[in-house]
Amino acid sequence: MSVTHGTERTAGPVLGPVPPEATEATGSSGPDPAAMAAVIEAARAVLPPDSLIEDHIRLRTYECDGLAHYRVTPALVVLPETAEQVAAVVRACSEHGLPFVARGSGTGLSGGALPRADGVLIVTSKMRAIREVRAHDQRAVVEPGVINLDVTRAATPAGYYYAPDPSSQQICSIGGNLAENSGGAHCLKYGFTTNHVVGAQFVTPQGEIVELGGLAPDAPGYDLLGAVVGSEGTLGIATAVTVRLVRLPEDVRTLLAGFRSTDDAGAATSAIIGAGIVPAAIEMMDALAIEAAEAATHCDYPAGAGAVLVVELDGARAEVEHELAEVERLCRENSAFEMRVATDPAERALIWKGRKSAFAAVGRISPDYIVQDGVIPRTALPEVLRAIAELSASSGVRVANVFHAGDGNLHPLVLFDDAVEGAGEAAEKVSGAILDLCISHGGSITGEHGVGIDKAAYMPRMFSDEDLDTMQLVRCAFDPDGVANPGKVFPTPRLCGEVPGKRRGAHPLVEAGLAEAF
Amino acid sequence: MSAPALDVGAARTALAAACDDVAEAGPADAVDGVATALVARPASTAEVAEVLRAAAAAGLTVVARGAGTKLTWGRPPERADLVVDLTRMARVQDHAAGDLIVDVQAGTPLSAVQEAVASAGQRLALDDPLGGATVGGALATNLSGPRRVAFGTARDLLIGVTLVRADGVVAKAGGRVVKNVAGYDLGKLVVGSFGTLGVVTEAVFRLHPLPAAHRLVTARFDRPEQAQRLVQGVLSGQVVPAAVEVEQPAEGPGRVSVLLEGIDAGVAGRADTARRLLGAGAEEGDLPAGWGAFPWTPGSGATALKVTFALSGLARVLATARSATADAGVTLDLRGSGGAGVLYGALPADAHPVAVGSVVGRLRAECTALGGATVVLDAPAEVKAVVDTWGPVPALELMRRVKEQFDPERRLAPGRFVGGI
Repeated sequence: MSVTHGTERTAGPVLGPVPPEATEATGSSGPDPAAMAAVIEAARAVLPPDSLIEDHIRLRTYECDGLAHYRVTPALVVLPETAEQVAAVVRACSEHGLPFVARGSGTGLSGGALPRADGVLIVTSKMRAIREVRAHDQRAVVEPGVINLDVTRAATPAGYYYAPDPSSQQICSIGGNLAENSGGAHCLKYGFTTNHVVGAQFVTPQGEIVELGGLAPDAPGYDLLGAVVGSEGTLGIATAVTVRLVRLPEDVRTLLAGFRSTDDAGAATSAIIGAGIVPAAIEMMDALAIEAAEAATHCDYPAGAGAVLVVELDGARAEVEHELAEVERLCRENSAFEMRVATDPAERALIWKGRKSAFAAVGRISPDYIVQDGVIPRTALPEVLRAIAELSASSGVRVANVFHAGDGNLHPLVLFDDAVEGAGEAAEKVSGAILDLCISHGGSITGEHGVGIDKAAYMPRMFSDEDLDTMQLVRCAFDPDGVANPGKVFPTPRLCGEVPGKRRGAHPLVEAGLAEAF
Repeated sequence: MSAPALDVGAARTALAAACDDVAEAGPADAVDGVATALVARPASTAEVAEVLRAAAAAGLTVVARGAGTKLTWGRPPERADLVVDLTRMARVQDHAAGDLIVDVQAGTPLSAVQEAVASAGQRLALDDPLGGATVGGALATNLSGPRRVAFGTARDLLIGVTLVRADGVVAKAGGRVVKNVAGYDLGKLVVGSFGTLGVVTEAVFRLHPLPAAHRLVTARFDRPEQAQRLVQGVLSGQVVPAAVEVEQPAEGPGRVSVLLEGIDAGVAGRADTARRLLGAGAEEGDLPAGWGAFPWTPGSGATALKVTFALSGLARVLATARSATADAGVTLDLRGSGGAGVLYGALPADAHPVAVGSVVGRLRAECTALGGATVVLDAPAEVKAVVDTWGPVPALELMRRVKEQFDPERRLAPGRFVGGI
């Protein structure tokens, strides 16, 4: 994400007086000096000198990811170039009990790549080779630091592309996409990273290199790759990724429709889905988001619109033409007062420019803002939008709505001015209340940005203790020592090997000072 | 170490407190030839949890069963004291048509799910190539069919899952919305796990609209390279196929058939394109009976194979099948989703186990070189006795550690899965 105006946060629990970097989830007490010395020695043995960063000023370059609200300076940064180097560093961390965090391009919006002050940050930016484009197999094999869009660029000459397209696709990495199970505007039709990653070479938190999945589908055994994708770096680090390539569509058509209200735009969305049409994308923006986009990009959206829809259809030409006519009819029937269909790539780009720049554009109308990411069943859209409007009215906090309407993935932008005392807290309260709305409508606390450090505290609102305990059985299988990105995703770690359900009060190891419940 | 003898009476008493439908097992309840003592038929997730808690307390090994159509897949379990039969849990709990999702109990037949959602013009895009499968059985065995080319497999369609662990704890993962990245995706882990991690009791799937029209375009081939050329032509064209099936029967020419789904006008145009790509002699028509079925009849005693490979390896796999069967003196019918890199094979029931082993070995070597695998899904006992059914499995140690966490006492279908898991 490029944010040129204002500071951006995503939502988290309302923070107390303690700054987040001083919590135990980030290892603020610093590394055990002897253990760190041993890890540095092991890293030096396998890495060239310029692939280790120990200098404090340079370390600070890595203190946050796309969620700049949280900052922690890592004790050590390494920039490996091979799986063996990654494995050697991880093995050293495991042996000496130091945590490690993996980082790709650092564009994540939930603090998944927030470093640990007592650990190592393993950055994959030197692992940028596209090893193979195998058009006849509809696969590509790439290193984890490869930029998402570069996979599509490499595959396009053969008539293929890589479908998942997070809005940061010009800078985000495939390894980061794998860790976060990244989505994008077009996942309504094409699915998420998990549907497009078919194999990985993977370093476990104990430093073993394993092969998961591969060129062929349905590898025998447990689908460990399915568990790893979206595990936010808590199960290990991918060092090579095999992705599915999708045939470029014969035709792509993009429609912009203006409505008087989000209710009308929502009704049009439901009508389109109800007609059995699966567009590649259906995006919605409300009046405040349109105002911001207009100010920033002069995208020329319909004047006076209370909401716009961007609907994209792709596929075989005859179907696309038929569906486009249907979508136009359904929009009209649901009171669209203006519609434009892009007739060339430049017009298509202009329609998307307003939508894709929406987050950053909000900086034009507010000094600070929180980017929220929640999901609701699409049919609950009108109800939830009204509830958000009520929240906004009663709190006096402005909320701009930008979202993937087709799959109910909301990105409310909660606006505030940090210079005003209490404004940040008020905004965080509204942002948190929006998540509660999502949960109470049977949705999710995150559709694509991940849990990270930002929403770990919300996990118990969505899942029971038993659900979380069961998920952590997987963690215990991969990472019994809890060294892979600890403090992320789960609010409390499971001490592997303990009998579930028997935990009362502080764990004996914690009481004895032998372990920390971070 | 021999297992302690099971006190059936005591176990039955313990289970009766957990579930009102517990009976002593009959010969028909045997799991792939392994006799079982008791059958419990719980009616809810809570009851399954009670049953598994009671089974844990009594140290019973447990095999979950739906319609039982694939209960002989995999290795026979080392022990199967208790069968947990899920056929009383056969309810479509919620079909939210506007959200394109369905929430079903695991014992629901796939056909019943399709019937329930079809009224809204929708479908669960998961084929049932054997017929009669339940949701739970389809998930446990990662069942798929022709339409995987367009819609993927169970892992791509399952968005929420409820499972009961070996210790009776009920856990959910995912949810009721398609887009959701909160927490680990346990649904992926249980798909294809053959009941060794837990008992799936409820599932939420994403749905797709039913197509208004469909056409099948079929062409014959004589040589493996020809089949590959046809399949590659279709995949790289603008046909947007729902399925690309390849069939190489034991005798006679093979067939490539391309299924097109969508609106009338669109399907007609794409069928023309497909006919052109498949060359002179390609025929257009409706789906014939039995299209997309596995090449064996359940219960026939055939050895059933699943063969996977990188797409461009199709010709090599077909050629290897021809030469390996000729050398071993057996026949092999191959059929499946050649457009997805998956074929299923059937060797006759009376094929000598050594001949079967030789064909499996040759195919496995070829598929492994092509990034895939050859698995013996089902076979007579004498074949399973001498053939490595699962074959080599990368990352097996990590899989064992997952099993160890979920089922440390090895009571869920022990020995049925890869590496003796």
